[in-house]
Formats: sequence, C-alpha cells, structure tokens
Amino acid sequence: MAKLFAVTIIVIAILSAMPILRHTWVAPEDISTHGALIDEQMSETMAEAGISFLAAQFVLAFFIWKFSNRPADAKITKFPGGAKGLVIAALLVVGVEVLALGIFGVKAWANVYLTPPSADAMPIQVQAGQFAFYFRYPGPDKKFGTIHPEMVNEGTQNIFGLDPEHDVESRDDVVTAEMAIPVNKEVHLLMHAKDVGHSFYVRELRVQQDFVPGLDVSLHFTATKVGKYEIVCTQLCGLGHYNMKAYLDVMSQSDFDSWLKQQAGQ
Amino acid sequence: MHDTSAHAVQHHAPTSFIRKHVFSLDHKVIGKQYYVLALVAAFVGMFLSWFMRIHLAWTNAAIPGLQLLSSNGAPGGVITPEYYLQLMTMHGTIMVFFVLTTAPFAAFGNFFLPIQVGAEDMPFPRFNMMSFWVTFTAFLFLMASFFVADGPTLGGWTQYAPLNAVGSVGGPGQGSGVVLWAISIALFCVGQLLGALNFITTTLDLRVKGMSLMRLPLSAWAWFITSCMGLTAFAVLLPACILVVLDHVAGTSFFVPSGLVINDQLLPHSGGSTLLWQHLFWFFGHPEVYIAIVPGIGIVSHILITNMRRPMLSQRVLIYSMGALAILSYMVYGHHMFVSGMNPYSSLAFSFPTLVITIPSTIVVLIWTFSLYGSKLRINSASLFALGFISMFVSGGVSGFFLAQPSIDIMLHATYFVVGHFHLVMGVAAMFGIFAGTYFWFPKMAGRMMNETLGKVHFWMSFVGAYCIFMPFHYLGMAGNVRRYSTFVDDFLQPLIPVHRFITIAALFTGFAQLIFLYNLIHSRFAGAPASDNPWEATSLEWSTATPPPFDNFGGKHPVVYHDPFQYGVKSSVGDYVMQASPEQVATEHEEK
Repeated sequence: MAKLFAVTIIVIAILSAMPILRHTWVAPEDISTHGALIDEQMSETMAEAGISFLAAQFVLAFFIWKFSNRPADAKITKFPGGAKGLVIAALLVVGVEVLALGIFGVKAWANVYLTPPSADAMPIQVQAGQFAFYFRYPGPDKKFGTIHPEMVNEGTQNIFGLDPEHDVESRDDVVTAEMAIPVNKEVHLLMHAKDVGHSFYVRELRVQQDFVPGLDVSLHFTATKVGKYEIVCTQLCGLGHYNMKAYLDVMSQSDFDSWLKQQAGQ
Repeated sequence: MHDTSAHAVQHHAPTSFIRKHVFSLDHKVIGKQYYVLALVAAFVGMFLSWFMRIHLAWTNAAIPGLQLLSSNGAPGGVITPEYYLQLMTMHGTIMVFFVLTTAPFAAFGNFFLPIQVGAEDMPFPRFNMMSFWVTFTAFLFLMASFFVADGPTLGGWTQYAPLNAVGSVGGPGQGSGVVLWAISIALFCVGQLLGALNFITTTLDLRVKGMSLMRLPLSAWAWFITSCMGLTAFAVLLPACILVVLDHVAGTSFFVPSGLVINDQLLPHSGGSTLLWQHLFWFFGHPEVYIAIVPGIGIVSHILITNMRRPMLSQRVLIYSMGALAILSYMVYGHHMFVSGMNPYSSLAFSFPTLVITIPSTIVVLIWTFSLYGSKLRINSASLFALGFISMFVSGGVSGFFLAQPSIDIMLHATYFVVGHFHLVMGVAAMFGIFAGTYFWFPKMAGRMMNETLGKVHFWMSFVGAYCIFMPFHYLGMAGNVRRYSTFVDDFLQPLIPVHRFITIAALFTGFAQLIFLYNLIHSRFAGAPASDNPWEATSLEWSTATPPPFDNFGGKHPVVYHDPFQYGVKSSVGDYVMQASPEQVATEHEEK
C-alpha cells in the first residue's frame, strides 16, 4: 500500500504540472504596456513554485516508498544533515527566493500603482452600480460635471446624478454603457461606486481594481491592441453579480473620435 | 512542578443524564460535543457544496427536494442566482467557523489537552461548558437564517461592507439574514474566547510534575499556540460583528459612507468606512487560517512520530516554526486587500511578511519529510491521512508564492486560483488533519477501534478526489475564471464549463467517500472491536490511562512525567518506546535539552 501511495503522489504531481507545462489554460494575450512585467513575474514565480512543488512531492513519495513497513529488526537512522541543515537550507533557498520575488515584483506593481498618469492621459470616469458599469467622457470642455447622488435616477437615465440645468460643465458630458478607448493612448480611469463594492477586471489589460463606496479610486493604463474585451465585476455585489459586465472597445484614434461624436449626438 | 494546582479543579462525577451528557463540565464530554457539532456542520457544508457544484456545471438542473428548503430560492429544485450566493455564503461560514475551527482545535483540544498535560480537567469547567453551548447557539442562529423570509445572507463568508450593512435593499438575505449571521459569528467569537482562556491556563498552570513546557507533545503545543491566536483574533471579530448588527438595528453608519444610492433612493447613512470592515475582518481572517491549520500541524506531527517510531528531527524547531507562523499571521492580512483601494505602499508592506511566512512553513515541511528518512513508517488510516496532509499542505502552500505578490494578485485576485489555494491549504489539509486525528484518537475517545479497511477506502477516495477537485481550480483561475459567479455567461468563461463539470463529478465522488467515513464512525462507535489502552504503542499521557479515560482522567492518581514526549526507537521493557509517565530509564540519543 505504501508503494502504491508513493506512486500515486508522483502521478498526481506530474499530472498537476502537465497543463501548466503544456499551456492548456493560460491567461489571454496581454494588450497593455504594463502587463509584460506582470506576466514575467508570473512565469518566474511559476518556475520557482513549480520546482518546489515537484521536489517536495517527489522526496515525500520517495521516503514513503523506502521507509515504510520495514522489518522489525531494521535500524532507525537519522537524516545526516539534521534539523540544523534543513533550517539553514530553508532560510537560504526560500529566503533568497522570496527576496528575489519581492524585490523584482515591486517594479511590476510600481508600474501600475506607484507612478502617476501622464499629463495628457485621457480621463474617463466609470461608475459601478448593481449590476452595470457606466462610463462618462468629459466632452469638449474637458471637465466633468459635479455628481449629485440625490439626483441619480435610472428611470430618467440620469445615471451619474448630473444637474445640467445649473451645472454648465455637465452639459457636454457623454455617458455610455460601453467603454471605448483609443489604442496606444494612456487612459486615466476615475472610479467610483454608486451603491456597494464592485471591481473592474479586464484580463487582457492585466487590470483589476476594486470600487470602494465613499472613496474615489483611480487607475491608469494604455491598451496596445485594437479589439473588444470583456470588463467583469469581481467583487461580490449582490444577486446579479455574475451578470455584471460591459465591453471595452479598443479602437484607432479616428474610429474613437467618430464613436464619441456619435455617442454625444444620442 | 504544577501538581498543586492540578488538585484545584477536582469535582465529582455527575450522575444525572443531563449533567453527564448535556450540560457536562467534563472536558472530554465537551470535546465530543464539539466533535459532533463539527461533524453535523461538515455534512451540512458538504451538501451545500454539492448543490453549488451541480448548479455550476448544469445551471438548469433540478435538485429534487431542494424546493422544500426554499421555494423562492430553488423553485422546482432549480437554484436561482441569488440562492446560489446564499448557499455559497453558508458553505463558507459553516466550514470555516463550525468545522475548521471547532474540530481540530475545540474538539480534539478539549478532549486531549488536559490529559496530555496530566490534568484532571480544565481550570474553568463552567466557562468550558458555556463555550460549547454558546457555540451551539451560534450554529442555531446561523441555521435559522435558512428559514427567515428571504433566506440567509448572500454576501459571502467575508461579508464585505457596505453590502453587509445597507439592509434588505442590498438584495435577498441582506436584512435579517445578515443580522442572524453577525449575531451567530459574534456568539461564536464569545465561545472561542472562553475556550482559548481555558486552553491557555490549562497549558500554563495545570501541567503535572515533570511536564516542562518542552516535554509537552507537539499537539499540545499546537493547541496552546492556536488558543493564543484565538484570544487576539476573535477579540477583533467580535466588536466588528456587533457594529454590523448596530448598523442594522440602531441606525448607525459604521460601515456605510454617505452618498450611496440603491434603487434610485439615497441611503440615509453617512460617515462610515467600508475599508474599516476589511481591516477588522482580515485582522481576524488571516490568523483564522492558521487557527484552522496549526492544530493540524500539531496533530499530524504527533501521529507521524507515533507511526514513524522515531521523534522528529527537532521538536524545538517545529514549536518555534508554529510560533513564527502565529506571529506572522497578524502581519500579512493585507494581502487580501492588495486591490481593495488601500494605499499601494501598504500592499508592498504586507507583501513582504507574506512571502516570509513561507520560510517557517517550508521548515515544517522539511522537518516532517526528512524525519521520514530512516524511520520505520507504519501505514494505517491515521498515518495515511497525516502523510496526505503533508502533500496537500505543500500543494496548497506553493500557490501562496503567487498570491503574496501584489503585481500577480492583480491578475489572480478573486479568481478560482484563490479558491483552489485556500481550499487545499486550509480546507483539505485541515480536514486531513481532522481525519488523521479521528482515526488515531477514536479508540481513546470511544473505547473501540475504527474499521481500517473502510478507513483506507476513505483515504484513497478523498486523496485522489480532493486533487481532482482543487488542482483544476488553479488552472481556471489562471485563465481568469472569476469566483462567486452563479453562472458563467461571459464569453471567455463558457469554454471553461467542461472543466467545471469534471470538478463537479469529482466533488460528488469525494463527498461519497465522506459518507463511508460517517458510516465507519457510527458503526465503530457501537460495534467496533474493543480498543486496548495503548493500541498504537504511543508515549504521551493520554495512552497511559484507561480507555476510555475515567471521569478524572487518571483514576485518582497524578501521573509523573519522566521523559520527553516522543521516546521511540529505544529498547525498553514494553518494546521500542518508553511512555512519558514510565519511570523506566532507557538509553536514548533523542533527549532534546
């Protein structure tokens, strides 16, 4: 039974590693300028974690195979390295491993979160509410009108609670249910929640950020490939959570300009 | 050394049924009560997971009879999206609190910690009794939410704000469901605080003569360290839950900021903070992961040593590693919040200790594995589950490398990768610890042996089945499969549905194995072969006393401890071991000073 167990551990370990080595299920192609570093960090971590995983399972299986059900007169021996050797090995190997991952990982994180958006980044506001995303473009005046939560009314399509009657800046704001952005242009996303917590996740963009009710959060990124991608909510927000999504349409600058004009006309 | 205080807890064996079996002050009865509560909770949690898995794989499948539980939630037996979330929330809450915390810590710890230190009982038996009955009441409150108007809360076991505080406008179960949840968890915290107090005092004050701290078995050390964690972690969750209840019933706004609009209505709240809840919750939540797993580390060490017939390479290193895990567990909680909107520099600050916590975890695994070297490993149900624990602990642990890094978390946060990670490391591994403990200690607790053949069948099905369920979760997560979705309607999720079907079949298979375990447990309780006092030829004090132990644990005597806890691989008058309470002197190279 012990030998069968050892073999089972090895078979499971190899089968577990197969889909990763064969890239059966992987993240979709990255379409952002910052994503390459994240992907690189992911591959390095996979290599280190994968080797640790396989090594630990193999050694465990080998010792189970070798040292179980031994005859009554067999002598008990001690691993020559002793506990001290193992502790030093763990401190050195894992210590170096986590230091390396930690230090190199800072760069990938900093790219997204610790650098400010450039001055000419295009501001887009996104509002998350049960169970839809809405987007707002500032219009020709390049200024967003003020939000008045008490004026939010989905029945009259005043999604953001704008007051165009008194607030000049809000008059040219363009509100859409789909997010279009020009390719290779930095976007400064201004995020706020209407009701409860939500999240903004686009796999291809390597972007995920929670909406925090009561707190304005922002994010910046540049998409490098034209196409249509799904934006999904990843923070449990209620019964329709599974169905809360929108599309991100990355287009050429000229397509974007005409799209925005068309949206403004509606 | 401490035998004077051991006398202090003397009380007489009760004679009435109620005082003997229901409101008992005996730590052994309380331990069994906790075990039965955890067993009931585990099967409720498991059946909920079956319902969820069936719904995920075949969205429109009718589950016969489920409409009886909720005619609105499952009309005709077909689960609605909101009812899926409600079942999921209950599954998580039941498993984390009422199974993973109660079974390895409260059940086994209550029964065996006093015996392992040589005490007659815990120092505060009435607190101990209250601890169980408060926990039991907490379970009733949670179960009651199945039967209120719009059912249990759908907010997940983490109950993020402000969804947990806005009331029924937030969705089904967000009114009375949340209130019942928060009362239940607050009561649970009280129960665990009372328990932790008893565990700590038992360990520090009731040790018999000769039982120095370093002579405590590793399981006792694990329960002691866990109770220290419990005392500080549950003390934070308790007020957090009370604040949630106040937000519902007293009109306060601890967790709801101003300016929120639901159904075109401006909520009447202002001044609250949603991130406050996350900080309070995870300050409890991450130590909780270790509250679930550290007893398993202790139990598995204890069982492995007994079956390897040799002590670990170093008992001291294992104790220090468990202590390091406990301390670090408070410093890492922010890794649950990398993309929560908290300061991005905080993410880096939380990332580093999270990476560092892999060092004591690695040391523990290395000590276990390399202690197998040169041992005389006995294979039985208990040791199989203990070895399976190591395999699962490694598999679930390595994915921690990914989630500890904020940059990678951008991609993997809130995906099935996280679900796979925590199920393997704190779910399956902890469950394997519970099973190992059950097969090992059942003879002492019930006076009868469990069926070994059924135990091995249970092991094989659980080991292979659990891997088939939880390994694919990681692949799904890497492909971007988001968690807490009741149905996969997104374009990129639909191709992954066949993987979900495979997982569902594996979950049904693995769940069936647990029914075999249940049968074995009940059948052995009444018809198992009678157990001897020391069937595993073990050394710690619980094996020195009668099976099952008498009311005062040692039949009016106070054992004296002469040896380190795990003297195996020696030549003594009884065999290759010498018991802690045996005055026999043997030549040993294992005495660790």
